[in-house]
Amino acid sequence: MRVGWLGIYAVLYLVFLYAPIFLLPVFAFNASTIIAFPLSGFTTEWFRELTTVTALHDAVKNSLYIAVTTAIISTVLGICAARASTRYGFPFQRPIMGFVMLPLVLPEIIVAVSLLVVIVQVFGLGLSSLTVILGHVLICTPFCIAILNSSFQNLDQSLEEAAVDLGETPASAFRLIVLPLVMPGIISSLLISFTISLDEFIIAFFLSGVEPTLPVYIWGQLRFPQKLPVIMALGTILVASSILLLVLAEIFRRRGLRRAGLKDTGGFL
Amino acid sequence: MTQSLISLSAVEKYYGDYHALRGIDLDIGPGEFFSLLGPSGCGKTTLLRTIAGFEDPSSGSLRIDGADMARVPANRRPTNMVFQSYAIFPHLTVAENVGFGLRRAPQSREEKARAVEEALDMVGLSGYGARAAHALSGGQRQRVALARALILKPKVLLLDEPLSALDKKLREQMQGELRRLQRQVGITFILVTHDQEEALIMSDRIAVMFEGQIAQLDAPEVLYHRPKSRKVADFIGMMNFLQAKVETGDGAGLKVTTPSLGGFTVQADQAVGNGARAELGLRPESLSLLIGETAPPGTLTAAGTVADRAYYGDMTYYDVRFGGSETITISMKNRVGREVLEIGAPVEAVWDPRSALLFQGD
Repeated sequence: MRVGWLGIYAVLYLVFLYAPIFLLPVFAFNASTIIAFPLSGFTTEWFRELTTVTALHDAVKNSLYIAVTTAIISTVLGICAARASTRYGFPFQRPIMGFVMLPLVLPEIIVAVSLLVVIVQVFGLGLSSLTVILGHVLICTPFCIAILNSSFQNLDQSLEEAAVDLGETPASAFRLIVLPLVMPGIISSLLISFTISLDEFIIAFFLSGVEPTLPVYIWGQLRFPQKLPVIMALGTILVASSILLLVLAEIFRRRGLRRAGLKDTGGFL
Repeated sequence: MTQSLISLSAVEKYYGDYHALRGIDLDIGPGEFFSLLGPSGCGKTTLLRTIAGFEDPSSGSLRIDGADMARVPANRRPTNMVFQSYAIFPHLTVAENVGFGLRRAPQSREEKARAVEEALDMVGLSGYGARAAHALSGGQRQRVALARALILKPKVLLLDEPLSALDKKLREQMQGELRRLQRQVGITFILVTHDQEEALIMSDRIAVMFEGQIAQLDAPEVLYHRPKSRKVADFIGMMNFLQAKVETGDGAGLKVTTPSLGGFTVQADQAVGNGARAELGLRPESLSLLIGETAPPGTLTAAGTVADRAYYGDMTYYDVRFGGSETITISMKNRVGREVLEIGAPVEAVWDPRSALLFQGD
């Protein structure tokens, strides 16, 4: 086998991408509190310690609550927007869709600061998980629309008309025909927005008040060097669950494609 | 017509500034195989979708079986449709697709299953019920779409270019099957097609549409032999158009002269002034070449040479030049003992002046 310069480049690129992540479990099981080579011994002490920190548990629960709620709300909004843009025509459709997608490229720090000003100064509301959800829905919805747009666009419009022609109301035709066929897109959208919300830091940092999310909690812990191995253990668990989630999502997506007899146009994996 | 099943009067449809349907008046009888024929963009599909209830007319009225359809949505109309893409639900089985329309019917599960089996049997797909819909071939999808639309026993079956996605052999086979199926179920079929041959083969009557209007509505034979305008004549079948000058017109016919075929008398419905310019339409099969034969009585002849030829197997089409610059296409049936002529061969053409059509001013 011939390995040219491009092959070497590809290997270096992958090493750069994944080596830091592989270091997480290495130090998570290392006995020393100092993150450095050589390794001093094997321990599961850091994982045990994870189970005793209640502030961490609260942060995890809080993050999961925010991520699940964000995923559901932004996916529902995404379904509405994707359907509106693919199925109907209305005045100023293109500029409206453009502005809806704009948060994709807006700097998050700007979004976070302006939301903070609006929520606290203009409306005089307190900060809580709800304000984080608000911010996360704002940044997740464009991703959901982008994913769902392609699902809705791939759908033959006459399928829905055929269901109506055969006696279904527009609502039941949507439920019986459109929804099952765009389900892989909906699941992708839920997963992506869940993941974005779960590890989002800037907006959560500005808007979370006294209920920190997991990333905000982790950032706070970094001030204490002796806590670093515990964070490594936490990171290991997070990476493992992300991989698991992605694999599940891909299995589900492929099964959906097979059932609908559609051609695989590429997913995450 | 004594009694019409579908009756449209003064139907107009605008999309913004675009005038898609212009004053459509149409009556279609029960049990009729009716075709809407025209080039793409002529409004034939819009008209079909208006009958189905997917488009609302901007003005005018539509009645089906006497009932005004203005406030009746698509899901409550006594029409069913076979879509151009077939619109087979890909996540359901064949049986679930065919039985989809029975979801709201009061019958028992067994009765529904029997109805599905009967519908599949009718289109020659018995035993296919458990198959996944996406695993079907093009022709099978078409049959499933037919069975699915017919299971509700609609008063009208609407077919939107149902054969355009099939290859030639299968298309010809399905044309025959559709026709037979229509006679069997006795339901009014309305077919939208841009294929004039398909319309001629299958229909009882054809409405030829151009630019949102019905240009001519007649039985296939009338449409083919007596097209009312040059545009219809040009769209249906093959037609030679010859420049002609009208010499004298009286009650019996018009004396015309043409550069290629000389002067002769043709029948014309409309009065044409002396010296007017007109066009003569002659179908390729209205002329023939004398290959070892003599001209029958009542016919005219002209001498020319073969400028080009196209061999079709059953027929040969000759482009013949008669002195002038234009060529006239003449079709000859190929049969034993009749040679296929070479390019450049001198020929004698024969035609019956009664088969010539006179067109003026369109």
